[in-house]
Amino acid sequence: MSDEILRVENLHVSVDDTRILNGLNLTINRGEIHVVMGRNGAGKSTLASVIMGHPAFEVTEGAIFYMGTNIEEMSVFERARAGMFLSFQYPAVIPGVQVGTFLKKSVQSVRDEELKGRAFRKELNAAMATLEMQKSVLSRYVNDGFSGGEKKRLEILQMLLLKPTLALLDETDSGLDIDALRIVAKGINSVAPEAGCLIITHYQRLLDHVEPHFVHVIIDGVIAESGGPELALKLEKQGYEWLENPAEA
Amino acid sequence: MSDEAREAVGDYRFGFHDPENATIRFDKGLSEQVVRDISALKNEPEWMTDLRVKAYHHFEKREMPSWGNCSELENIDFDNVTYFLRSSDATEKDWDDVPDDIKNTFDRLGIPEAEQKWLGGVTAQYESEAVYHSVREDLEEQGVLFLDMDSGLKEHPELVKKFFGSVIPHTDNKFAALNTAVWSGGSFIYVPKNVEVEMPVQAYFRINAKNMGQFERTLIIVDEGSTLHYVEGCTAPTYSTDSLHSAVVELIAMKGAKIRYSTIQNWSANVYNLVTKRGVAHENAVIEWVDGNIGSKLTMKYPAVLLKGEGAHAEVISVAYAGAGQHQDAGAKVHHLAPNTTSSILSKSISKNGGRSSYRGILQVTPRAHGCRSKVVCDALMLDSESRSDTYPTMEVGNSTADLEHEASVSKVSGDQLFYLMSRGFSEEEAMGLIVNGFFEPFTRELPMEYAVELNKLLELEMEGSIG
Repeated sequence: MSDEILRVENLHVSVDDTRILNGLNLTINRGEIHVVMGRNGAGKSTLASVIMGHPAFEVTEGAIFYMGTNIEEMSVFERARAGMFLSFQYPAVIPGVQVGTFLKKSVQSVRDEELKGRAFRKELNAAMATLEMQKSVLSRYVNDGFSGGEKKRLEILQMLLLKPTLALLDETDSGLDIDALRIVAKGINSVAPEAGCLIITHYQRLLDHVEPHFVHVIIDGVIAESGGPELALKLEKQGYEWLENPAEA
Repeated sequence: MSDEAREAVGDYRFGFHDPENATIRFDKGLSEQVVRDISALKNEPEWMTDLRVKAYHHFEKREMPSWGNCSELENIDFDNVTYFLRSSDATEKDWDDVPDDIKNTFDRLGIPEAEQKWLGGVTAQYESEAVYHSVREDLEEQGVLFLDMDSGLKEHPELVKKFFGSVIPHTDNKFAALNTAVWSGGSFIYVPKNVEVEMPVQAYFRINAKNMGQFERTLIIVDEGSTLHYVEGCTAPTYSTDSLHSAVVELIAMKGAKIRYSTIQNWSANVYNLVTKRGVAHENAVIEWVDGNIGSKLTMKYPAVLLKGEGAHAEVISVAYAGAGQHQDAGAKVHHLAPNTTSSILSKSISKNGGRSSYRGILQVTPRAHGCRSKVVCDALMLDSESRSDTYPTMEVGNSTADLEHEASVSKVSGDQLFYLMSRGFSEEEAMGLIVNGFFEPFTRELPMEYAVELNKLLELEMEGSIG
């Protein structure tokens, strides 16, 4: 067996009695970038949230294995501390909490180490330079008054600092201009070689900067089609119809 | 504090107590004789004795407030309170001369350390009287008077007689009457003209004995063009029976003066904290109340400012945290009595585990006070659905030139915020602590750094072990 990070087996998920995932299977190994596409409401974001342990979603059947262990009983923060990371489509605003303080505390929790001020500062500066971020962001409150692009950049900054083993990126590319997209891609590429990556996106354009190993399409809560980067290009041109109604195509 | 002590007192960190070694202790209960005895013991001038007795009779006949938490107020047993307790025969200038058990208490509270680092002067009051007092030499040289109130009366009777009760007369309310009758300790400060006191001065009030009543009296006069920052902290041990804290604080800011009065009230959850705080701001003066209410069983406290001179400004920033069994009934009162006066009130409250926090405020603009501006913002955060938050704002506006804003909000911690923070490695309790600290941040940033850090730690402790 290769270096498996995530294995999703026959996953069925409901929220408030509505079935969203219906027996989804997916395996991600270290160093692999997987892209998941699909229409709105197909279950893409649910997949990312449920892997991270969102309490609103109920796993009714199947299981999620992380580093070979069934993580059903692990709470959200335990998953984070075990090296799982979710870049949010809509990151929450935490009024009154400064970005700098938040980052330091978060890194301390996840890595379970007392950070030396200077060592952390150095690491932070390097990561912020990679993402072309202004220092002034550190004294702002977490996501408070941030533009869409600023929020996504802060998500990626957290990913660089937390050095996840499994990175889940939920529509991180949505609403980004070309420069921001390039920068976010740079962040993903710097983490990817040592991690497993699951990127949820609607658009092929991110894939000009990040080269995926696998592209999957979710339809009705299952993976209906898998392929290489060429599948994303085909979807960009032809849409999802040929997959939903293969007889008519 | 040792682990052992922590274990003994549960999650209230300051709930340890020392043996009670009183040198003088009055019998429980109140009478004219008790009032006269307190005055005689202190060798007070006759006018003060007379005032105490007058106030005592007013207290006897004065009714309880008809608002606030009336049913809880009825539980106060005035006959079961010790009104005076002397635990040390002198007020010392050196910590080494303070009796060991008392010094030990203040060491545990970190007061001597804070004094060395960042304070311009300290008064430490234990039970009824100050046990330690010191002020930096440079302040003394500039003519700044910083004394405990008993010494203030002895050494500067003319100033005290002129201003004592001038802002809060004994007829103001039942608890102001009680305080005037039995007051002991507190701070007396006079800052002469054009002196900027750069380092904050601090008073720390500690109740140690059971069923104790602490009635400190503070009078602060800041003369023309001067500034002062006064910081007050308070703690008490956790007993199964209640203690009563009923202070009166009067501030006088002369023309162009600025007073900031910061409090972090962290009484244990068996203390009734019924305090009257009011300041007068003369022409172009500024009075700021920075008022934090974390502890106590019931707090009723509404720092007030009378804007008496043209161009004066009032600022009240308050936070309240009400946990299980607590009711924080707090707020602010600002009276615009002169033209072109301005005020700003920011109140933030958190209720949790069935706690109740209320904002009660008065904003008054008199007919002659034209061109006034005021902004009132009240934010409440509820951490669960069993807790309670209410707002009782009153506005009395006597002329049409006033520019007033009022904003109020009640919010709950959202599941999205918790999920987000937990996905960043924070446990649910840590996430709550972060959200709570952030909510109070507009208050915390006004505090001296050491206090801010301490307050944040305190709130994080409040979040521990209480999420099921």
